[in-house]
Amino acid sequence: MNAELHTLTGAYALHALSDDEREEFERHLGDCEACTQEVRELTATAARLGLAVSVTPPPEMKAAALRRISTVRQEPPVAPAPARPVAARFRGRRMARFALAACMAVTAGSAGVAVWQHQSADDAQQQARAAQQQSEQLAGVLAAPDAKATTGQLAGGASGTLVVAHSKNQAVFVASSMPKPPSGKVYQLWFNDAGTMRSAGLMDPSQTTEAVLLSGPVDKASGMGITVEPSGGSPAPTSAPLALMNFATA
Amino acid sequence: MKEVVYISGVPSAGPDLPMLLGQVARGDQEAFGSVYDAVCGPVLGLVRSVLRDPAQSEEVAQEVLTEVWRTAARYRPERGGVMNWVLTLAHRRAVDRVRSAQASADREHKAALLDRTPAFDQVTEQVEARLEREQVRRCLRTLTELQRQSVTLAYYQGLTYREVAELLTVPLGTVKTRLRDGLIRLRDCLGVST
Repeated sequence: MNAELHTLTGAYALHALSDDEREEFERHLGDCEACTQEVRELTATAARLGLAVSVTPPPEMKAAALRRISTVRQEPPVAPAPARPVAARFRGRRMARFALAACMAVTAGSAGVAVWQHQSADDAQQQARAAQQQSEQLAGVLAAPDAKATTGQLAGGASGTLVVAHSKNQAVFVASSMPKPPSGKVYQLWFNDAGTMRSAGLMDPSQTTEAVLLSGPVDKASGMGITVEPSGGSPAPTSAPLALMNFATA
Repeated sequence: MKEVVYISGVPSAGPDLPMLLGQVARGDQEAFGSVYDAVCGPVLGLVRSVLRDPAQSEEVAQEVLTEVWRTAARYRPERGGVMNWVLTLAHRRAVDRVRSAQASADREHKAALLDRTPAFDQVTEQVEARLEREQVRRCLRTLTELQRQSVTLAYYQGLTYREVAELLTVPLGTVKTRLRDGLIRLRDCLGVST
């Protein structure tokens, strides 16, 4: 590996090279597997910077875009490899469990445990309003001045970020690339009240990436756990947690 | 627990973009509409951050979207997410536009460039976008001042590393390594994996 050229991975990923330099670097990339991998990661990182400045486009742009493409001929595929759904990557792969630092003490049958369920409002408008309200609360937690995040990694590329805002007494869990739960099962979230698990709602089993407002107040909970439960959820965990995460304190 | 944030690659909540893009590659205009809904906001925001001029930004964003349509069959899911692919195209185009139009006359004064901050404050109702913004801001704060300035000038202003070096009056080699170190630190903070 050419050490001098290798330091250009960052500038290359940011499109910060001149045309000549870029061509030279691309020739080098052809022979350097390590550089190619690093460029891939740094390019994906740069795209995250782009995603962070997203705006709401003017509505008329869409019609213009659709008009435009209707007159543009597409390039044929290079190889017959149709894009596969993201979820397919996880199919058939067993999800390894989190190594648990500590056993979770579960008090079964604790009184007053409410199982949160998806609101099955038959009125679509009401549903939309509820979703909107949840979005606003969710955004409120994320934007709170005291919002703090912790991230945990699960096997298979899945991970979760737990954001708590004590000023709002609420928390949000953001799951990314979670494998679909087994048929008839859901992921259930729990507040960890000194070892007692209090239901904090269910995740939508059809989503592999989702932000969820934890149902109920944070109060004295020290963190959150996730278990796999039968559809509809359980009043108390019936399986070992896939993950336990503490709320960020600092 | 380490206070890092987020998750692998560009988050892909909602529609199954790789699948939709596969349909787009086969000429499905309706699928293109769905891809449009998912990517247009980020594309336009990014292009605007580099170009500033709203009319020109919209034009370049439209070019990017047309390119997505035209070259959808070239997308390779194993090389990263759809959003990542589209935003890389968008950045490339915005940077090309800025450099070709760089009849430097209309290029802003250096001091103004340094004062420019990424448009993190633009209003968006989308929860996902707000979350992403918070995470990127938090992670940018973990960089050294020079890393942060180098990365944001190159990415959000579309400067070459030579221009960055000149603007910050630091040696070329320093900027090269700061761009790389800064991105590596961001990658680790954001939990990007490919």
